[in-house]
Amino acid sequence: MGVSALRMVTAKNVVHAALYLVLVLAGVAGIFILLAAEFLAIVQILVYIGAIVVLFLFGIMLTRAPIGRAPDLDNDQRGVAAVVALFLFGVLGSILYDGFGDDKLPVGEVVRSGDVGDSIFSTFVIPFEAISVLLLAALVGAVVIARRD
Amino acid sequence: MYLMQFLVLAAFLFCVGVYGVLARKNAVLVLMSIELILNSVNINLVALGVYRGFDQAVVGQVFALFVIAVAAAEVGVGLAVVLLIYRNRASIDLSEVDLMKG
Repeated sequence: MGVSALRMVTAKNVVHAALYLVLVLAGVAGIFILLAAEFLAIVQILVYIGAIVVLFLFGIMLTRAPIGRAPDLDNDQRGVAAVVALFLFGVLGSILYDGFGDDKLPVGEVVRSGDVGDSIFSTFVIPFEAISVLLLAALVGAVVIARRD
Repeated sequence: MYLMQFLVLAAFLFCVGVYGVLARKNAVLVLMSIELILNSVNINLVALGVYRGFDQAVVGQVFALFVIAVAAAEVGVGLAVVLLIYRNRASIDLSEVDLMKG
């Protein structure tokens, strides 16, 4: 999964990058299953792999007519970007190690999908409604922006 | 299972995503790197929720769901913007989009 992430940001072919993104997203779904969040894993597969990656492939095909290896996908900040990313990883890693050391995850009651649903429709009902309005606004906005007039 | 495994994996994905955002020139690839960053945040939310016990685990999963919904909206609007840039300039090279450069 980490390797696919690295291949995704270094791939020379845009479509290959999208396919590596599928691998990473499937890996994240597996991590969710490891963490006993099976509803989230299924949502991840449906929404990300099913919808968002297809959207990306549409975007690639609508904007890059010649599909294939392209040498000009990276700008000239690669070195600086790599240094920044490595530095960030070092900082995050040391902070996480300081904060959580070798804490173990508790093996307790498992969250079932029903609990998540109960929580969404009781505690978080207002954010849920806000999210639905946001999705509608984004949909309308995307149509308006991309409309050919 | 150790909590650190998940947090380090999330940090790794985050940093790879940051590298992608900084180093890529193609707008679609930048959007894909942003997806990596959002996914790392989701792993963090779920893992720390499990770490804090049952109630917080539910809250973490709900937050991760909200993040997924916002990410879907963001990709839709982002790709619409990218298509518009492509239509106006016949290229999605982000280094050529410098209209607001001072």
